[in-house]
Amino acid sequence: MLIGGILVITRRNPVHSALALIVTLLAQASIYLMLYAPFVAGVQIILYAGGIMVLFLFVIMLVSIDCSIRERQLNRQWLVGMIAAAALGGSLISAFVKGRNMFPEHALPIVESDNTQNLATMLYGQYMFAFEIASLLLLVAIIGAVVMAKKKI
Amino acid sequence: MNQFVHYVQSYLSSNQTPGAAGNMFWALVYILLVFAGLSAAVIAMNWLERKILAHMQVRLGPMRVGPHGLLQPIADALKLLLKEDIMPAEADGFIFWIAPLVVVLAAFTVFVVVPFGPTHAITDMNIGILFMLGVSSLSVLGIVMAGWASNSHYPLIGALRSSAQMVSYEVAMGFAVVSAILMTSLNATGTGTLSMIGIVQAQQAQGEWFIFKFFPIGLIAFFIFAVAMVAETNRAPFDLAEAESELTAGFHTEYSGFRWSLFFLAEYSAMIAVSSIAVTLWLGGWLRPFPNALHGASWDMIFSFFPGATFLLFAVACFYNAVRMPKHPLFRIQTIGLAAFGAVLAAAGLLLFIPAVSSRVQDIFWFSSKVAAFMYLYIWYRGTFPRYRFDQLMQMGWKVLLPMGLGILILTASVALLQQRIWHQ
Repeated sequence: MLIGGILVITRRNPVHSALALIVTLLAQASIYLMLYAPFVAGVQIILYAGGIMVLFLFVIMLVSIDCSIRERQLNRQWLVGMIAAAALGGSLISAFVKGRNMFPEHALPIVESDNTQNLATMLYGQYMFAFEIASLLLLVAIIGAVVMAKKKI
Repeated sequence: MNQFVHYVQSYLSSNQTPGAAGNMFWALVYILLVFAGLSAAVIAMNWLERKILAHMQVRLGPMRVGPHGLLQPIADALKLLLKEDIMPAEADGFIFWIAPLVVVLAAFTVFVVVPFGPTHAITDMNIGILFMLGVSSLSVLGIVMAGWASNSHYPLIGALRSSAQMVSYEVAMGFAVVSAILMTSLNATGTGTLSMIGIVQAQQAQGEWFIFKFFPIGLIAFFIFAVAMVAETNRAPFDLAEAESELTAGFHTEYSGFRWSLFFLAEYSAMIAVSSIAVTLWLGGWLRPFPNALHGASWDMIFSFFPGATFLLFAVACFYNAVRMPKHPLFRIQTIGLAAFGAVLAAAGLLLFIPAVSSRVQDIFWFSSKVAAFMYLYIWYRGTFPRYRFDQLMQMGWKVLLPMGLGILILTASVALLQQRIWHQ
């Protein structure tokens, strides 16, 4: 996953970057698998790697890449950027190390086979309102895109 | 050495798939078997397609290469291997090289969860059907990469069209699949399953194949999936991407020789994969016809004769055609070859009559014969329907199949809820 992430930002060719992003997303799906969440991993592959990245590639391929290939990949402030990223990473690591006692020592018994059922029960039971709001948000986004792209309404 | 033998034998007494039992050796054996079987199926499909299409068009098809063209696929494979391997000058080398690999990987990895029997799968994941849909959607990426890497206009347009078509029909496929999954939850505990083996066992427990459930809802869901799966694999009548390769170009224009054969292999494997999904979800997987209506030991025995009888039927057809061969000295080798092939088929048929073999292989036979029926349907569609124009194609995917899928999902859920309420009141 780290290699994929680094390749995304360092490649000149945006198509190569998109493919490295696909590798990163597949690695993330495997991390979900290691966290005993097979349903989330499967949905990640279907939607992210198989759907969203295809649309990314569409747009990248339809836009000429000659300009972006000739650009510099890392601008002049890369040292400051590295220091900032290291500071962020350091603060996250220290939060995890110092706050380790806050996490339960033996977490909830994670049963891999019930991931789909538990997710469905929570999503359509406890968090139903949030689910509906999220779908409404997607609907508004689709309507906005169609309105912007149509020639005549 | 003793430990290894014990490791190998410990699986034989369990009744799980090798993946679930954690047995690496048998998992590898199953993987090799599936790979070999799939390759043989693709080769057979090549021959069958040309012969069946020819017979539908009142001509003979390949007749020269072997007896009745049986060695034609081998000749095709040799030709493809010996062809010059061209890479366009300005093409993106790495992506050009990796695109066929991605498509083949996606098409073959799907078969890890395909259930040939209750324990005859490489593994049985809890998210089996989700895994199959996800990995088969990765082949779209390979096609996009192939069109891009060729660095010429026609492949790019062909690849974009083909991938747009595949992504659109994935949505309709998803709706049909969800309707079928919903039907697995109509049991005592009220929880369904996403695992492929679990879906077939749900059909067995509920006593009817899901294609007949809540008639005609199951049938319409099956129909939506059947149309979407033909569009998903870029086959006729939705083969604008392929047919562009007959007319002008397609995403695999710049690929020659072995690279093209990888695309071809991946296409036929994807066809078999989505047919396996359809068979598992709607047609009862490995169950023999009428598992509940005609049950009992005598019916089991009668149905257990089917595998052997099928092979014997093929053998009889071979012998009949061998007798009908022209009586010319130049045809002697072909006649002998056909008769030998018939003898091999007859031997296999007789082998399948032994109860010990038959009881193990029966599930695989029923599953394979249902998938073979789907393959025949694929070829039939190619010979019958005219091609869809691209805008008609996209219109059908989004404006017809998607609302239909949504409606079927809502109907399935409501009818299932009504059934639960009425029965468990």
